[in-house]
Amino acid sequence: MRAHRIEVGLREGFADAVGERLCKRIQEQLGIPVEQVRCVDVYTLDVDLTDEQLAQVAAAPYCDPVVQRSSVDAPLEGGFEWAVEISLRPGVTDNVGRTAREAAALALDRPFGPGEGVYHARQMRLRGALERDGVERIARELLANELIQQIRVLDASTFAAGGGFEPLVPAVVSRGRPAVARVSLDLDDEALQALSRERVWALSLDELRAVRAYYRRESVCAQREACGLSREPTDVEIEALAQTWSEHCKHKIFNARIQYREGDGEPETIDSLFDTCVRAATEVARRDKGERDLCQSVFSDNAGVFRFDEEYSLVCKVETHNSPSALDPYGGALTGIVGVNRDPFGTGMGARLIFNTDVFCFASPYRTQRVPRPLLHPRRVLEGVREGVEHGGNKSGIPTVNGSVVFDERFLGKPLVFCGTGGLLPARLHGRPGWEKECRSGDRIVMAGGRIGADGIHGATFSSEELHEGSPSTAVQIGDPITQKRLTDFLLRARDEGLYRAITDNGAGGLSSSVGEMAESAGGCDLDLTSAPLKYEGLAAWEILLSEAQERMTLAVPPEKKERFFALASRYQVEVCDLGCFTDDGLFRVRDHGETVALLEMDFLHHGLPRMELEARWSPPDEPEQSPALPEHHGALLLAMLGRLNICSKHYWVRQYDHEVQAGSVIKPLTGADDDGPSDAAVLRPRLDSLQAVAVSHGICPRYSDLDARAMAECAVDEALRNAVAVGADPDRAVGLDNFCWCDPIRAPSNPDGDFKLGQLVRACRGLHDTCVAYGVACISGKDSMKNDAVIEGLRISIPPTLLFSLLGLLDDARQAVSMDFKAPGEAIYALGTTRAELGGSEYYAQAGGRGGRVPRVRPAESLRLYRALHRAIEAGCVSACHDCADGGLGVALAESVFAGGLGAEVSLAAVPAEGVARDDALLYAESAGRFIAGVPRGREAEFEALLDGCACARIGEVIEKRLRIRGLAGETILDEPADALKAAWLAPLDW
Amino acid sequence: MSSIRALVVAGNGTNCEHETAFACLQAGFDEAASVPIWDLLAGEQRLADYELLCLPGGFLDGDDLGAARACANRYRHGRIAGTGQRLWDELRAFVESGKLVLGICNGFQLLVKLGLLPAVEPAPRQCVTLTFNDSGRFEDRWVELVCDPRSPCVFTRGLERLALPVRHGEGKLVCESEALRSQLDGAQLVPLRYAEPETGEPTERYPQNPNGSPRGAAGLCDPSGRVFGLMPHPEAYLHRTHHPRWTRGDGGQAEEGLGLRVFRNAAAFLSS
Repeated sequence: MRAHRIEVGLREGFADAVGERLCKRIQEQLGIPVEQVRCVDVYTLDVDLTDEQLAQVAAAPYCDPVVQRSSVDAPLEGGFEWAVEISLRPGVTDNVGRTAREAAALALDRPFGPGEGVYHARQMRLRGALERDGVERIARELLANELIQQIRVLDASTFAAGGGFEPLVPAVVSRGRPAVARVSLDLDDEALQALSRERVWALSLDELRAVRAYYRRESVCAQREACGLSREPTDVEIEALAQTWSEHCKHKIFNARIQYREGDGEPETIDSLFDTCVRAATEVARRDKGERDLCQSVFSDNAGVFRFDEEYSLVCKVETHNSPSALDPYGGALTGIVGVNRDPFGTGMGARLIFNTDVFCFASPYRTQRVPRPLLHPRRVLEGVREGVEHGGNKSGIPTVNGSVVFDERFLGKPLVFCGTGGLLPARLHGRPGWEKECRSGDRIVMAGGRIGADGIHGATFSSEELHEGSPSTAVQIGDPITQKRLTDFLLRARDEGLYRAITDNGAGGLSSSVGEMAESAGGCDLDLTSAPLKYEGLAAWEILLSEAQERMTLAVPPEKKERFFALASRYQVEVCDLGCFTDDGLFRVRDHGETVALLEMDFLHHGLPRMELEARWSPPDEPEQSPALPEHHGALLLAMLGRLNICSKHYWVRQYDHEVQAGSVIKPLTGADDDGPSDAAVLRPRLDSLQAVAVSHGICPRYSDLDARAMAECAVDEALRNAVAVGADPDRAVGLDNFCWCDPIRAPSNPDGDFKLGQLVRACRGLHDTCVAYGVACISGKDSMKNDAVIEGLRISIPPTLLFSLLGLLDDARQAVSMDFKAPGEAIYALGTTRAELGGSEYYAQAGGRGGRVPRVRPAESLRLYRALHRAIEAGCVSACHDCADGGLGVALAESVFAGGLGAEVSLAAVPAEGVARDDALLYAESAGRFIAGVPRGREAEFEALLDGCACARIGEVIEKRLRIRGLAGETILDEPADALKAAWLAPLDW
Repeated sequence: MSSIRALVVAGNGTNCEHETAFACLQAGFDEAASVPIWDLLAGEQRLADYELLCLPGGFLDGDDLGAARACANRYRHGRIAGTGQRLWDELRAFVESGKLVLGICNGFQLLVKLGLLPAVEPAPRQCVTLTFNDSGRFEDRWVELVCDPRSPCVFTRGLERLALPVRHGEGKLVCESEALRSQLDGAQLVPLRYAEPETGEPTERYPQNPNGSPRGAAGLCDPSGRVFGLMPHPEAYLHRTHHPRWTRGDGGQAEEGLGLRVFRNAAAFLSS
């Protein structure tokens, strides 16, 4: 049997919009003079079909009769100089191929059997005077990622002579299931560590010793003997332990015992940063709130849960997917978003997903210096990540409502890709709180969704390592939003019918983690891998157990519900399988084909991990205060500030993400007279039949870490709350999520300042704690990612320590939400909050080429008083516009509110509430926390001022037509620019 | 008067079924059921029991073979369990029975690819398509629309101008021939077009016209006016806070959004 090729492309004469966009990117990004790109879809059918059947499939469903044409086993005609064909490597998820296979089977009324496949490839036909190496560069650097794709290049004459490309079937060559291996741990310390590295276990020596000691216990040996197992661990056991004990799953650094010393102070012992800072802050904040505490389930499930209204709870989780996104930006980000979707979906009894957020940190896309392999150029990372989140979010029907993009050269080492998802959960389901789940002995272990493959194996341990030249490509995978959509549609119905008792997702660690965690509540499990559905044969038992193949949930299904559950799944075309049952014998038992392949005590699996002991130190960095020359031209300076990558418009992202599906959007990410001003936060109305709303915001300021990670953390929390208050949220009804992304904080010869980085983490955690407690914002969920470094060609690139603080704040009436654009000439403009000489780490100093100096600090008592007063003013309806002052300070905030409103403003800096600020540039660009500008409608000024009594609040000017005019401290006009010019400068840098 | 019921077909990649069903209820339908296509294929629900069929927005089968193509294939070839009948047979019977069909965005793409729009020939045949936007990318933005008062379209009756969001990557309407395009224009089968906000004139200028559709065509109806498809999302403008500039007073002070009128027209037609 030979495979067949069907090629589908646009008819001649029809413009190829996607090809034209690629052509432009090749010209702009690679500087290669391509004249035209035309795209062809290639379907390779590895199945015995007649000529008639092939013709039928080629005509429909593969081809659009109006604009496309197709050919079978012959290339489509057309003029070109080079053809590039890009196919997936064997085993990589092929979404189009899967749909094409299903469609052919339906159209031909002929089910496809095992081994019969359809594979999709993309062919690009290039015109222009190009050399082979130029074409190969285009293929390698822009069209394909060789980790997951294979590239073939033909010039036109070879193409014509050979009749185009040969059929290429990227099927996984089947081998039998490898036998379970025994692993001897009777090695010396050095050999033990070498083995851990070689097998990507990422276990420390202490941990390896603990495992070795477990297997030497007499009781364990006896237990194993009774089940026919030797004294040596099986590969299944050791891999399961390595996953469960990974930094990714166990947060060992956050739970470590730390000896900490600050400056010349006394050394102190910190008994778990998580317990003493994050958990403690939440406990205190909740206690302080008393009856007004919103939290319902925190730190115990896949996502945090809090009260939305009488009938519903909100569920939220934010994750990172940094390492996979560094290797394959598209696949990494796509699995990042569809992966975090499964967290709220796997919380309690399962939430319906209502919004996504995304925050990215990249190096400059305009980088001109060489990028060392295997790192990718930041523009490529950015495009891939953008597209991955676009496909993941849009195709799942979940609006992407809030996000930001932060640039710093050090994110070259690892980009940060934060993906968050919120869900709406009925407060009660079948007589129980919706956020509770239980799992009883005797319940069936059921896996639902995608099949298991080698993809994503060692994801959890891999992300617990720095990026290096040999990082495993199996850690990369492609998400499949449609399989997941079918799965979630089906499971929501199963939830409402009461067909399962508990649900969790398969993420890091695969079945090993999901079943292992659920088994904790029942007291054990008897997992049978024999009938686990595989993408292809040849996986070892440990690989099946650990695979992180996507789109899978694990459920506890009561035996009496199993029949209905399976019947409904089959109707929804969702694959489900029974993998044994939960038990209460305290054992994590895994079988395969009748044999026990793993037997671990639950207690050891979950609690046998030795505590990590670490050292940390911190002293303030030696960064002298900058003193930039006085600006010669304030107008030019403001234009330059607006064009900085961290300040300029991010519409390129926002427009390509569906931000209003589900009809909940109240404040959209882009706002104002021309729908292009930058909103401070999103406001959503998740119930169509209610006006109750939630603001979704975040704060992130990695630049401040260079001066003090504590200030960085404080400002992130403040910025998140401030943004939410700006759009109308009640500061007293908000919860947060903390996501730490750090550079390796463990000192080692290769990482000599690891103890300082850990000191920065201590400072940041304390900043988070103090600010959250003072604001009364409980953290409902969080995550950390600790190895955001790359060691490439002997050089270590470490990211700046970064806390992303995401926040959800409630509004009782969506109609009270406020946007950031000025509304009408004659409105009064107020500056709220005190500006201080805090320019350390500011965008202004970065523009001037420095960073040192006083970094912004949060004064929560002062700020909270202001936030409450402002909220009362918003509720009273006397605020028509409100915008927070953050990156670029007051100057940038004013410009944004001006051009978003299509209006102008005349303001005086002398009126701005300030302390110790003597220069106009400092007043305009200081980044002091806790500040806003607000527009107040004519006639409401007195009421507004009365409500803000006791807070730093001053009228600084009024809204006029079309120009921004600023008078300096000396009273003269220092800046007078047309609003249109300000907007153009702000739109230009990332207007692709 | 008998009750009127709306069916919103969900599943396999749709993602606007909740708000579309909600819009039907708000518009006065007695019942609006969001039914998974799987229940139709299982024979548990039948199209014939409803008066309005809504095909909502989404990414059917991920739009993997081109927008809605794989799902059109599913409608054509999928068989209803226990009857041997194809879903296609039920769908054609529904259309021929004089009831209403509304396809929004991905649902419009589906109607076009099934040949149910513009349906200017007796037998369904795909003669127009919705293909990639000229920009080559998916975009979410609000556009201004102008309605053709002479169109037979039931859903746009009495509407002159309205603002709605578009959220698609494949919305450019292409006809198989120039003659067909003239025929559609002549028969007023293009009930709404992308327009310049200031003048209300149909436009081909980006981004007011987000995809490059010739003469700004944003939707199509069949000659009876009962089958209607459009790229913009009327179900995304049900409340005044949906309008992107509601904080500026745009869209007016009425609580209800103008998009609801499309559904009200359907309810009014079926009730009369």
